[in-house]
Amino acid sequence: MIPLEAGTVRAVVRAPSTVLGRAGDPVDPTDPDVLALAADLVATMRVSPGCVGLAAPQVGESVRVFVIDVTGHPKTRTCHGLVALCNAAVASASQWRPGREGCLSVPDLTGDVRRAGRVVVAGQVPGTGEALELTTDAFEARALQHEIDHCDGLLFLDRVPGAHAVHARKVYL
Amino acid sequence: MHEYAITILGRDRPGIIAEATAILAGLGLNLTDSTMTRLRGHFAMTLVCAGEPAAAEVERAVGPMGADLVVTVRELGPEPEPEPAGGHYVLSLHGADRLGIVAAVTRILADVGGNITDLTTRLAGDLYVLVAEVDLPSTVEIETVTARLDAAAGELGVDAALRPAEVDVL
Repeated sequence: MIPLEAGTVRAVVRAPSTVLGRAGDPVDPTDPDVLALAADLVATMRVSPGCVGLAAPQVGESVRVFVIDVTGHPKTRTCHGLVALCNAAVASASQWRPGREGCLSVPDLTGDVRRAGRVVVAGQVPGTGEALELTTDAFEARALQHEIDHCDGLLFLDRVPGAHAVHARKVYL
Repeated sequence: MHEYAITILGRDRPGIIAEATAILAGLGLNLTDSTMTRLRGHFAMTLVCAGEPAAAEVERAVGPMGADLVVTVRELGPEPEPEPAGGHYVLSLHGADRLGIVAAVTRILADVGGNITDLTTRLAGDLYVLVAEVDLPSTVEIETVTARLDAAAGELGVDAALRPAEVDVL
């Protein structure tokens, strides 16, 4: 089995692109191609400045696979380090709060989005297919919801609460 | 290719946006950035659009909307260069309405080279609310600006807070 850190950097798809608006297909987490895709997501995330998560649709693959790693981010409380998940869904969510998000696939805009500050996320580990349930909070919770949204074909732009909640992005990391 | 800034202002009624944008689309003008909102019963549109028609043609086409609305068309020059990155902040202020609140706080920001990129005010009863997005040069000491805003807010009898516009890149 290839390690998650042995992937290849892929080009990141930017909006507008149909793949970003399409719900991803479920995958067989034990499929070696799925593990290779997860490894590519890790490699691409690692070389993208400020990037703490990446989902398969962002590299043009319409499937339900993503990776996150919020290690070291100042807003992180609970931290599971590098997490790769297939077919993940939010099992429970609470403590909703607003925050301003940016996205590698929407590089010129940011948006105010309410996300749960506490979540339980259930999915499967690529490679072994082992079921994994994560209970987390704060920044890791927000990152998980953002990536699961990508797998559902949703961008932060689909979640803004009003007409004045999309902003020009000014900081390029 | 020409770029135009168009403003349309008047008593609100259904259909203003549909009429204006249909005229622009009919001219082959592509709507780029715009803001359209209701201000105390009046509808205000400010939009930038780009296309081939000459200014006279645009003015002639939007002219009929001037029957019940104030319409202006201005051709824009080339886009300015992006400003160097500094600090990005949100200023929020609320309190009892009185004359000069906006002038006082925006003067403090302007004096340190701050650039307001977005600002909304609302008067609801006696409550006045201001929210602004502000770019401050990286050389500005934020504590100094905050202290000056606090002092001004104290004199005005309002509450003001300047906080970083934090963006989480995911």
